[in-house]
Amino acid sequence: MALSRQHDVHKRRFSRNLGLGLVLVGLVALVFGLTIAKVSDDNFVMPAEEEST
Amino acid sequence: MSDASLNTAQNSAQPYEAGFGDYFALLKPRVMTLVVFTALVGLIAAPVAVHPFVGFAAILFIAVGGGASGALNMWWDADIDAVMKRTARRPVPAGKVTGDEAFAFGMTLAGFSVVLLGLATNLFAAALLAFTIFFYVVIYTMWLKRWTPQNIVIGGAAGAFPPMIGWAAATGGVSLESVLMFALVFMWTPPHFWALALFTKMDYDNAQVPMLTVTHGRPATRRHILIYTVLLAALAIGVGFTAIGGPLYLAVAVYLNARFLKGAVDIWRRDETMAEADSYLTERRFFKASLVYLFAHFGAIAAEAILSSLGWGLW
Repeated sequence: MALSRQHDVHKRRFSRNLGLGLVLVGLVALVFGLTIAKVSDDNFVMPAEEEST
Repeated sequence: MSDASLNTAQNSAQPYEAGFGDYFALLKPRVMTLVVFTALVGLIAAPVAVHPFVGFAAILFIAVGGGASGALNMWWDADIDAVMKRTARRPVPAGKVTGDEAFAFGMTLAGFSVVLLGLATNLFAAALLAFTIFFYVVIYTMWLKRWTPQNIVIGGAAGAFPPMIGWAAATGGVSLESVLMFALVFMWTPPHFWALALFTKMDYDNAQVPMLTVTHGRPATRRHILIYTVLLAALAIGVGFTAIGGPLYLAVAVYLNARFLKGAVDIWRRDETMAEADSYLTERRFFKASLVYLFAHFGAIAAEAILSSLGWGLW
């Protein structure tokens, strides 16, 4: 069954979808931030096999 | 039939669609504040500096792991939650989220939190978080809670792990100080919950959960509160003389433990007739004071660590 653009299901699920979207964006930002924090650490060294490639 | 009444009829016929807030409620946000705060203090008190962003991520993953335990607890305990006034409005017994959804949500978040904590910090901290979730869900929720009146005593360990995980996230291990922080929450939990059990009178009876109040009676529960509070006071003041303590902590601990002991003695000296006469006022006050007690002790540990890092620590 095709749903119209403004079907009631969209309205009812809006908060859940918006929340999940924001959580996923947050997760991406978190992993990116962790990567930056880790590679900018003074003790950070590339694993040996990565260095050789 | 008017348009308005038609719309109302249609709306009431539609199944309830769980919103974001319903899923968030599965994480037991109020319990999470305790997890976040004690884990943060564990991280701050640790003698190893952590990058602020890594520290933030570690606390977030510990909080999500704690929330996952809450969701799995609500999945398993939906039957007893439904008959207790305090818990009847939780998402599963209220019919907002199905048990299967709560289970899937909890398992997914548990896996995510453990893996991401391991990647962000170290494997030991991740293993400790995984054990904490296992302990809360399997040992406490599935086994102890419905089996023994010591449920709160042993199960309290689950709530006591977060400061150890915070410490482990920074140091990669365990030490006397992190065990003492664990012990502080562990010893605090029984008097905190038994005070609650005294004034939420019929709830645990109706749910047939073998709380001390149900199995051993109320006078025994009052006696147990006093015994645990005495042991807790000795421990809490003793922490003041270790590396995570200090004069500020000691001052806070002496003051709060004196007040807490007085509250426990007051509870011990009362009987049910006196308690019912003032609607369990002393027990309610003791319960509220227990929340302040724990936050203030951990706040003082954090303050000592910050003072020490600024070179103002006295021991």
